[in-house]
Amino acid sequence: MIKTETLSKKRSGPVLFSEYKQGEGVKKALELGRENILFELKSSGLKGRGGAGFPTATKWMLTAASNSDKKFIVCNADEGEPGTFKDRVLLLEYPELVFDGMIIAGYTIGAKNGILYLRGEYEYMLKSLEDYLELLRMDNLLGENIFAGKDFTFDITIRLGSGAYVCGEETALIESLEGYRGEPRNRPPYPVNTGFLGHPTVVNNVETLASVPHILIKGGDWFRTHGTDKSTGSKLFSISGDCKKPGVYELPWGTSINELLNLVEAKNTKAVQVGGASGICLPKSQFNRVLGYEDAATGGSIMIFNESRNMLKILKNFMEFFVEESCGQCTPCRIGNIKLLEGVERIEKDDFTFSYINNLKELGRTMQAASKCGLGQSSPNSFISILDNFKDEIFGAKRKGEKNV
Amino acid sequence: MLVLEKNALSEEIENLVGEFGKDRSALLQILQAIQGKHKYISDFAQQEVARMMDIHPVEVNSIVSFYAFLYSEPKGRYIVRLCQTISCDMSGKEEVAEAVQRELGISFGQTTKDKRITLEFTNCLGMCDQGPAMLVNEKVYTKLDPETAVNILSEIK
Repeated sequence: MIKTETLSKKRSGPVLFSEYKQGEGVKKALELGRENILFELKSSGLKGRGGAGFPTATKWMLTAASNSDKKFIVCNADEGEPGTFKDRVLLLEYPELVFDGMIIAGYTIGAKNGILYLRGEYEYMLKSLEDYLELLRMDNLLGENIFAGKDFTFDITIRLGSGAYVCGEETALIESLEGYRGEPRNRPPYPVNTGFLGHPTVVNNVETLASVPHILIKGGDWFRTHGTDKSTGSKLFSISGDCKKPGVYELPWGTSINELLNLVEAKNTKAVQVGGASGICLPKSQFNRVLGYEDAATGGSIMIFNESRNMLKILKNFMEFFVEESCGQCTPCRIGNIKLLEGVERIEKDDFTFSYINNLKELGRTMQAASKCGLGQSSPNSFISILDNFKDEIFGAKRKGEKNV
Repeated sequence: MLVLEKNALSEEIENLVGEFGKDRSALLQILQAIQGKHKYISDFAQQEVARMMDIHPVEVNSIVSFYAFLYSEPKGRYIVRLCQTISCDMSGKEEVAEAVQRELGISFGQTTKDKRITLEFTNCLGMCDQGPAMLVNEKVYTKLDPETAVNILSEIK
């Protein structure tokens, strides 16, 4: 009945890109029952795939434990981090995984409503996703009393964003769903207690939810066999920039930057940006570092820069991004990003002193500590890491050499 | 705006409020629907939404001004958004930008005189592996070069 079964899938990977038939995970979930689902999830060690890395089982348990008669499961498809496009692939090619994950989550926590928050830029997917949901409804996999004897009603609606990066932050996303400006809330309280319209809400990344069906079918222990002790399972990496084979790759956590560069056939690599514009920029000397929550953490964005690239120009692009996307609610982020961009522009014009640069780095650390949400807490990362790791190019002899040419 | 047009717009907004509901959580959806059809949300439209949803017009305006894809000023029938983020930038976004500006005779941020096309830069479209990328209304185009980009824009009416 479901059309994607007939779609040929060329991708392969240990978990997400392995064989899966629509409905399999949901069937298994019903056999297991709520407590065993939470048990498998806990033993899998699955952590949030959007980048923050909060243990998924804990989030679900907290919501499941609440007595509220109304709960929500929200799938965060506001994939806006520069260099990230894995959710695009999951939603276009593996919608059955994402929706089955949402149904399982709904069943486990006792939610009747699922909401997929799709970024406005992805509106072109809306039709195919809506059609897919309609097929699920026709097959009685969504709607009233969908599983015989289980007293479980669940449906999914899709809501569009309107071009705001900050809405990827879970409380900003909820504000947006409620019809307000996408301004993050103070946490705590967390959405698991007071989420959408004040009801307990689980907000999970697309990839997190898509991992759940596989974990239930093959078991939490099997999931742990992939990855490292602290970063279990596999991860989708969105790889772009200077390489021969950009795209989405599923690799176990613990893969080193060097291994990854070989895989995508990157040559003459000077720098790798791990974690998008809000991540850190690593020089060649650190390419032996491994990808994982314990070392180089990332929501999957990997951007590769070769020797021909100007690091200051890259940094400027990132800082312009943050100036535009800061929601403006808290001062460290609203003003801080503007000050950091000014700093980059002054370095460009050779109009700076080192005490000024040091002040800006100090400002960056203040923003990391004092900003209200992840945007302002992480936007100074590239500023600090690029100026520290590429100081020869930006301030030193190499820069002078360039000018003499 | 003619009275006739105003009445038509009011009726349209009334239908949208009927469809999506009067709850505040429907506000963004209603504004998105108006934006999709008219390419902008006029002051009058904002006031009508506020009146029918029982919220202050300033509240509605604050939403329109917050979200990058909602506009309070008229735009072209096609809003073209070229990705300016780093991966697209490195794969030749600047050349594409120059070519479309030259061809249309407008700069980014402007609308053609015939109200056909508005040019804008936007942040990461999630097409970093296939850049440069742009959106034309909701449709996405990838692996652009100056010639293909100009051809795409000359084909839309």
